[in-house]
Amino acid sequence: MKKQYASEFVLSSSPHIRNKESVPKIMYWVVGTLLLPVGASIYFFRMNAIRILLISIVFSILTELIFLAARKKDLSAVFDGSALITGILLALTLPPGLKSSYVAIGAFVAIALGKQVFGGLGYNIFNPALVGRAFLQAAFPVAMTTWVPPVVQKVVDAKTFATPLGGFKFSHILTPYKNLIIGNTGGSLGETSAILLIIGGTILLIKKYIDWRIPTGILLSVFVFQGALYIANPQKFANPLYFLFAGGLLLGAFFMATDMVTSPITPKGSWIYAIGIGFLVVLIRVFGGLPEGVMYSILIMNSFVPLLNRYTRPKILGEGGKK
Amino acid sequence: MDENKSYLYDFIKGLWKENPVLVQLLGMCPTLAVTNAVVNAVAMSVAVVFVLTSSAIIISAIRKFIPGQVRIASYIVVIATFVTMADRYLAAFYPAQSKALGPFIPLIVVNCIILGRMEAFASKNSIFRSILDALGMSFGFAIALLLMASFREILGNGTWFNMRVLGSWWDNWMVMILPPGAFLTLGTIVGFSKFLQTKFKKA
Repeated sequence: MKKQYASEFVLSSSPHIRNKESVPKIMYWVVGTLLLPVGASIYFFRMNAIRILLISIVFSILTELIFLAARKKDLSAVFDGSALITGILLALTLPPGLKSSYVAIGAFVAIALGKQVFGGLGYNIFNPALVGRAFLQAAFPVAMTTWVPPVVQKVVDAKTFATPLGGFKFSHILTPYKNLIIGNTGGSLGETSAILLIIGGTILLIKKYIDWRIPTGILLSVFVFQGALYIANPQKFANPLYFLFAGGLLLGAFFMATDMVTSPITPKGSWIYAIGIGFLVVLIRVFGGLPEGVMYSILIMNSFVPLLNRYTRPKILGEGGKK
Repeated sequence: MDENKSYLYDFIKGLWKENPVLVQLLGMCPTLAVTNAVVNAVAMSVAVVFVLTSSAIIISAIRKFIPGQVRIASYIVVIATFVTMADRYLAAFYPAQSKALGPFIPLIVVNCIILGRMEAFASKNSIFRSILDALGMSFGFAIALLLMASFREILGNGTWFNMRVLGSWWDNWMVMILPPGAFLTLGTIVGFSKFLQTKFKKA
C-alpha cells in the first residue's frame, strides 16, 4: 500500500517536465551521422582516410584520459563521446596525405589546448577540433595545403591536386558540380561529399540536436553575399552555388559551427553568429590569401559567443520599458 | 616580515616568488616578441640587466631630490639614457643582433618592469638594496625569457642557441616561432609556474 502511494504522488521541486536526452546520447547521435562523411572519406581516400581517422581518434581519447587523470576527474567522462567526436571531426578536416605524426600532434592540441585547459567539456570557448586544425595549419603550412586526389579518380600526376576552391582561386578552374555533390574531388577527408553532409546534417536537424538557425544562417548568408558579388561581376567571382558545395562549408555549417558548447544559446544570437560566419567565409575566400576560410570564420565567431549570449538575452517578463 | 628586510630576500624574490614575467606579468612586449630564438633572448636579457641595474643606482642615489610630481618623467629620462647607451652599443658591436631585435631595444624605455621597479623599489630604498633588487628582477626576467626562447626555438626550429639539438627527423613546428607560438608558450609556462607555486605553498 505504501509503495503504491509513493509511486502515485511524487513530490519534487521544479523542473517538472524532463527530457530523456543526455550528453552521451546526443554525442553518439552526432557520431552516427558523422559516419556518413566518414564512409565517404574511406571510399574516396581508402587507407589514408582509415589511417588518419584511427590516429586522430586514438590520440584524442588518450589525451582526454591523461588530462582527466591529471585533473583528478572521473575517468568515465571519456565515454561521453565528446573526445570521439573531436577526433572524428579533426580527421575529417585534414588533408588525406598528412603524416601520421602531424595527426597525433593535432589531436593532442585539440583536446589539450582546445578543451581541457579551459576546464573540459562545456567550458571551452573554441571548437576543439578546429583549434587542433588551426594549430596544424600554423605549424605545418605546407603539409596542410598539399592535397592528394581521391583514389577513385584516375589522375596522371597523382602527387598533388588542387581543391575545388584552390583551383578556382589560383587558376580559375571550376570543378564540375556532379563531382562536388558526390565528393569525387580533392580536399580534406570529410568535406568532399556534399550530398552525404547534407543528409547527415538533416538527420541532426530533424532530431533537433543542432539549432536550425545556424546552418540556415551560414548557408543563406554565404549565398547572399557571394550572390551579390557574382551579380556584380560574374567573370571574376564564383557562382554562389559553387561556394556552397565546394570546400568545407557544409561540414563546418552542420557539424562544427553547431557545437552546443561554442555556439550562442539565444535565437537572436544564433542568427548573428551564423551570418557573421557566412560573411567571414566569403570575405576570406574571395579577398583573403587562402582559398578556404571556414575554419577561421568559425573560430573568430566562437570568440564572440559569450558577448552574443550576453547582449541578446531575452527580456524577462516585466523587465524593460522606460527606465 | 623579517625576511622582507634581508638583503638576500631583496635579490631572490625576483627570481621566482615575484618573478616579473611569470608572476607579475610585466614586460610582456619583449617577452612575446624576442623569444623566437635563444640568441635574441640573451641579448635582450643582457640589455635589461644593464639598464635596470644602472637606472636603479642613479634613481636610488638621487631619490631624495626628485620632486614627487615629476618622478615618472625623471625615471623615464634616466632609463632612456641607459637604453640609448645599450642600443648604440649593440648597433656598434653586434649589428646583426641589433637588427634582429629591431625596435625592441629602444622599447625597453617603456618596459613596465623597469619603470615598476623604479617606482616601487629604487625610489624608496638605499643604493645597495636597489642594486640587489634590480639584479634579482632582471635575472628573473632573463630566466623567463630563456625558458620561453628555449621552448620556442627547439620546437620551432629544432635548434638551441643555433646548435642543432633535434635530428633531421624533426619537422619544425612553424607556429612556435610565429607570434601565436609566443602566446601558447607564455600561457603554458605561466600556468605551470602557478601550479608549482600553489603546490609549494601547500607543502
